[in-house]
Amino acid sequence: MSELLNLNLVEASQALKNKKISSLELTKAYLKSISDTSSLGAYLEIVEDKAISMAKESDKKLIDGTARPLEGIPIGIKDMFCTKDIKTTASSKILENFIPTYESTVTQNLWNDGAVILGKLSCDEFAMGSSNETAAKGNVINPWLKNKKMSPGGSSGGSAAAVAARSALAATGTDTGGSIRQPAAFCGITGLKPTYGRCSRWGIVAFSSSLDQAGPLTRTVSDAALMLNSMAGYDQKDSTSANLKMPDLMDYLDKGIKGKKIGIPKEYTQDGTSEDIVKIYEKSIDWLKDEGAEIIPVSLPHTKYALPAYYIIAPAEASSNLARYDGVRYGARHEASSLDEMYELTRGNGFGDEVKRRIMIGTYVLSSGYYDAYYLKAQKVRRLIKEDFENVYKKVNYILTPSTPTTSFELGKKQDPLTMYLNDIFTVPASLAGLPGISLPVGLDKSGLPIGIQLIANSFDEPGLISTARVLEMSAGFNFIADGAAK
Amino acid sequence: MPNKDTIVDVPTVNKIARLCRLDIPEVNKESLTNDLNNILGFVAQLDEVDTSNVEPLASVTGHKLPLRSDDVNDGNIEGLVLKNAPESSSGFFVVPKVIE
Repeated sequence: MSELLNLNLVEASQALKNKKISSLELTKAYLKSISDTSSLGAYLEIVEDKAISMAKESDKKLIDGTARPLEGIPIGIKDMFCTKDIKTTASSKILENFIPTYESTVTQNLWNDGAVILGKLSCDEFAMGSSNETAAKGNVINPWLKNKKMSPGGSSGGSAAAVAARSALAATGTDTGGSIRQPAAFCGITGLKPTYGRCSRWGIVAFSSSLDQAGPLTRTVSDAALMLNSMAGYDQKDSTSANLKMPDLMDYLDKGIKGKKIGIPKEYTQDGTSEDIVKIYEKSIDWLKDEGAEIIPVSLPHTKYALPAYYIIAPAEASSNLARYDGVRYGARHEASSLDEMYELTRGNGFGDEVKRRIMIGTYVLSSGYYDAYYLKAQKVRRLIKEDFENVYKKVNYILTPSTPTTSFELGKKQDPLTMYLNDIFTVPASLAGLPGISLPVGLDKSGLPIGIQLIANSFDEPGLISTARVLEMSAGFNFIADGAAK
Repeated sequence: MPNKDTIVDVPTVNKIARLCRLDIPEVNKESLTNDLNNILGFVAQLDEVDTSNVEPLASVTGHKLPLRSDDVNDGNIEGLVLKNAPESSSGFFVVPKVIE
């Protein structure tokens, strides 16, 4: 069993194509992992029968020579993606019985390429959170330091925990302000947020539409490349989808970084960043230099204002998007004698505290008399943040930063909302600018928790992002496995 | 932006909750008011930034919204549309009575 679990996505795909293993045995090994690691709470829904039938279908194609790029690979899906006939709750009580009648574009792309679904993965409610603690059915536990009950990060906490615990070979996530990169960093895996527009948003439960972007959470950079190859693509059903063909990312794995310029922004080593993270960040800079990159100090002067701008823009868009949960067309309804009372009780009972806070903030900043002072101001600052990056990309190819200011923290240690928001301080700026970013594990801190480093590329330069991340991955040689992982 | 300490009070919270049709139990109103003030105080930092000649940025895509021809390419799925409705009847969504 453990031999099967030891294979990463690219290796498993090779073994399947060489008929050394079958998708059925691989899928069964992962279903067993799911049950062995069920105390982590990563899965909200397991679709065993569907997984088995998809695996058998894949095995036929592997035998008759019509295998597709992800043929027979068992993956988990964040519960933000609508999956036809499979419950999709966004970890919210208001959608606890919602069964979509259609499939999201990204997941359909994955099934079209032969992937096998294992189940749906927990996340923060409506992807709003950085610890997975806002999930209606309770938090997920990070498989690292399993006796201590650490946070897997969020919002894609279930996705990151499942990949780290080896209960999924890979998983999908969504990232609005760091929801792929931060949990990937906390769980010692790779998480890639593509350029805004690379992956279709159609069929993904909407949070903040100008920021939401889907991406892969995987064990390695090459796994991320192979998975994003299938997830990305133009989609007429998403008006912000980019009509640009993405080159095959697997062709860029070994291009190296000789002569490339790496920007080191001085604003990203702020007070409060853990010493261990700063140390390994400096080491990462040296690794890239050793591989032939030129290191250039840069400045992104408006970095400090990214988080405040984000906490106006994202709640504003969320308050508008979540207006659809009215107890009329889908989702839970709280019965009442009048229509207004029905709306208020449905929403009051259906949403958790963090979601309510954001709806309230969003409604306030969009309300008459405050719109210019808050929302318009934040949009102006967003332009300045984007221009900061544009200026820096005239001088460098990639930007290297820590992924998070700290490693994972213990669950249940009640943090006030603002302290929680600070988790995303290094991931939010690239989100506001729509840029692609990747977090990959490069080492452990003193307590044995993984540390993630982030690379940010210019718009649509996922190929270069993959080449650079691969160099960093080889130099770091991170090969630790979480103590709570399936064996 | 208004002064940090006096941004929202409980009556304002009631008004916002009404605007977004959110029932907030009486016992939670004070702590919610505090949370909102903390968040709004934090975002007020943006006042330090000079944005006098900056255009607001709503979308990072840089492309114009694409238009499609006005053709019917979907439909006849009444059953699917109503499938997740809490209450439906004769092909309609049902809500509490709104006209006396």
